[in-house]
Amino acid sequence: MTDQYPSLILIAPLLFALFVFISSWFSRKPAFIMTAIALGLSSASAVGLLAQIMANGPLSYRIGGWAPPMGIEYYVDHLNALVLVVVSCLAFWNLIATRPDIERSYGDKAPIFYTLYLLSVAGHLGIVVTGDAFNLYVLLEIAALSGYALLAMGNARAHLSTLRYLFMGTVGASFYLLGVGYMYIMTGSLNMLDLARLLPPLYESPAIAAAFGLVLVGIFIKMAFFPLHAWLPNAYSDANSPASSLIAPMTTKVMVYAMIRICLTVFTPALAFKSVWFSNGMVWAAVVAMVMGALFALTQKDMKKMLTYVLISEVGYMVGGFWLGNRLGMTGSILHIVNDAVMTLCVFLCVGCITFRTGSTQFESLKGLSRKQPYTMAALVLGGLAMIGVPPTCGFYSKWYLILGGLDAGHYEFVAALVFSSLINIVLFFRIFEIAFFEPYGDMHGDHYHGPPHEKIQDAPWSMVLPLLVVAVGLIVLGLYSGSIVTNIIDFAIPATII
Amino acid sequence: MKKLAFVTILLLGIVLMAITADFPRWGDPLSPASTYLSPHFIEKTMEETSVPNIVTAVLGDYRGYDTMFETTVVFCAGAACFFILGSFGREEDDKIRYFRHRDTGVVLKVQPHGTRPSSRADFERIDPTWTPYDFIISRVAGLMIPFIQLFGLYVVAHGHHSPGGGFQGGVILAASFLLLALSHNMRTLSARISNKVLGLMSASGVLIYAGWGALALAFGGNFLDYSVLGVLLGLDPIAARSMGIMIVEIGVALTVMSTMIIIYNNVASLGAYDEGL
Amino acid sequence: MTEFLQTGLTAHYNYWIYIILMLIGLWAMMAKVNLIKKIIGMNIFQTAIILFYVSIGAKKGGTIPILEHAPGHGHEYIMDAALYINPLPHVLMLTAIVVSVATLGVALALALKTYREHKTLDEDEILSHLSE
Repeated sequence: MTDQYPSLILIAPLLFALFVFISSWFSRKPAFIMTAIALGLSSASAVGLLAQIMANGPLSYRIGGWAPPMGIEYYVDHLNALVLVVVSCLAFWNLIATRPDIERSYGDKAPIFYTLYLLSVAGHLGIVVTGDAFNLYVLLEIAALSGYALLAMGNARAHLSTLRYLFMGTVGASFYLLGVGYMYIMTGSLNMLDLARLLPPLYESPAIAAAFGLVLVGIFIKMAFFPLHAWLPNAYSDANSPASSLIAPMTTKVMVYAMIRICLTVFTPALAFKSVWFSNGMVWAAVVAMVMGALFALTQKDMKKMLTYVLISEVGYMVGGFWLGNRLGMTGSILHIVNDAVMTLCVFLCVGCITFRTGSTQFESLKGLSRKQPYTMAALVLGGLAMIGVPPTCGFYSKWYLILGGLDAGHYEFVAALVFSSLINIVLFFRIFEIAFFEPYGDMHGDHYHGPPHEKIQDAPWSMVLPLLVVAVGLIVLGLYSGSIVTNIIDFAIPATII
Repeated sequence: MKKLAFVTILLLGIVLMAITADFPRWGDPLSPASTYLSPHFIEKTMEETSVPNIVTAVLGDYRGYDTMFETTVVFCAGAACFFILGSFGREEDDKIRYFRHRDTGVVLKVQPHGTRPSSRADFERIDPTWTPYDFIISRVAGLMIPFIQLFGLYVVAHGHHSPGGGFQGGVILAASFLLLALSHNMRTLSARISNKVLGLMSASGVLIYAGWGALALAFGGNFLDYSVLGVLLGLDPIAARSMGIMIVEIGVALTVMSTMIIIYNNVASLGAYDEGL
Repeated sequence: MTEFLQTGLTAHYNYWIYIILMLIGLWAMMAKVNLIKKIIGMNIFQTAIILFYVSIGAKKGGTIPILEHAPGHGHEYIMDAALYINPLPHVLMLTAIVVSVATLGVALALALKTYREHKTLDEDEILSHLSE
């Protein structure tokens, strides 16, 4: 059974999604338990797989028993295994932490929500584990379709925002498909390791350069890299909290992983970093993304939307860190995938707890909230400090690696942008802390506030606050273990040719 | 904005067209795509899977993982349409309802919480926008539907030897049901095959596919390795692959058929499941 | 000139047609304001990519990839690779067609829900409603 871990990670959410759907036509009750069991099995398999990879090295799993490139294979190495653990545990924990919110927001259709939840997690896990370029497209579409459905329920604007996300997401996935088509027409293969073997003689051909560009543009659209980010703020902030706290930490990080996988494994660093002006241009583009994300976040009056712009800025960190081209930068980028996932989960769960009781995250509604929701605010403080990058939270360590990488590569603009956006993050988060902790709460007469009167607000139920506090404490624990994560896992994930 | 879009697209087009000079000639039998993987598929399919339709063999067996997720995509689209537009349909009793006696054409108006006619066979439920079914269309469609369904089943079953398979056959089967909905009424379709049955069928189709593949794990093979399931069917590994492809195609046809009808039901009636188009 | 016609035009004109189709679809998605026209543009865009893949599999003189019986031998199949077109792009595009239909279904559901709320399918009008 232990050598079937790679397929178990995906089979559990897929089969249980179908069971939940079937049971939903008979009764509402078993849906949550079945979803929790499925995600628990998946997380356990992911952890087991990581332990296996750390002991034995990368492995290849053949689906259907066919040898690649005839059949499809999973190729799991340290990078995959780490991201698999992050995604599956994140999805499991988010389910536990948002259960009351799900039951209240979706009512009768909650089991369908659980079905789509499991399908979305299965799609993202599949993107991380696969070793075949076309299979990645199919899984990308599953993750996308279930994501559209999950994000479609929310406030009055949610349908239009999701439709616009659908248009941009389809264009992105289609560009990726076209890029794979260009690679196929020039080499005849679809398997990632096979392409890495067949592509080197063709590096000079413009078709392969076009394939590289198309694949990257497609992935950038899906990860909301500035200026292709226009779909993200509306789509994530208009959706209901349980959906956005799943999709926000997961989708962009998995797409960053996909970019790293394509650049390191398919187009080996020999091609990806061949053109110096391209990698320098990418670092500059990431600098623009970081700065613009931070500046847009400053202008927002709603905390949830502000956090989505901070998310866009974080994507800039990861992309820029990778394209620095040295070991420190890539380490920072991969470590930031892990850290940012947990940080984003923490702050979006806080948003979920706040909206569960007050219905709004506008700044006016947050006045004096710390007296009424102390535990949520405490977790928000920890999450904010992590996003700013204060030691010993995890955010500090990944930023440290990114700064060292920037200095090492001579990209001082990257270091400057990092420092600048951290300063803006300080302003953003301390503004919220000031409103929540120090502003007196008065009568809520603002136009946008439709929630209960202030005296009646209490903290979210324990079933939501306890998991949130675990995540917040986890930020510190993750920070303390950063060193061992880097030396035991990430160091092996980066090819030895990168210095 | 339009100008910027136009300029971007024009530039993209010029760049892409310039790059096509690098591609192999259209129809070149010596291009990399035609000489690398496809000879193996063409020459070895018969001895490895005993299925003469190479496309079905590659779809169902070599790249069966893609097909399983494709079926999941179809299921997901049906679930998504239901989630966004539809409801489980436990209807409240607080609306005025109209019932029409089939033989005489008399229409009863039942007030909220009133007693409804007990005999479903004599009375049918209609809406204020009801018009009589066109005689010719409804009769001719009623005659055609069984033959369309027979053809759909033929396409599913003959996927191994002629163009066809689960997706194609499933869509034809769905079209036969939609013909019933269009020529009569959506309520007629719902009386024949309710939303609950459709939902269960679409999930069962994917369950057949994924379950059959997962069953291979229990018998010692990798996921979706049909050859180890020969023990279960009493066949040698090669024939077990052929039979495995058949079984998963049936699952695919079930899912595709029911999902197409679910999407039609939800989109055409905006979730209200009444008259439809 | 004849050389260009022989090696340039006749060898690659199919790719040019698909690129033009793809750009028409992309233009419709970006420039039109009616939601249904955008959805149709999306469909055209995806169909052009599907056609591109299918044309990769074409082979001069090849027939459809279903093994034919050898004449006179009954049970034997002709298995010469040069006689059949490449089956792999067709398989891949079966998947892509299904994905595009599924996306079309979800897009229509979302567009209908938007119509029900705002009573219009014009994106500019909807945005002006929402910003009031």
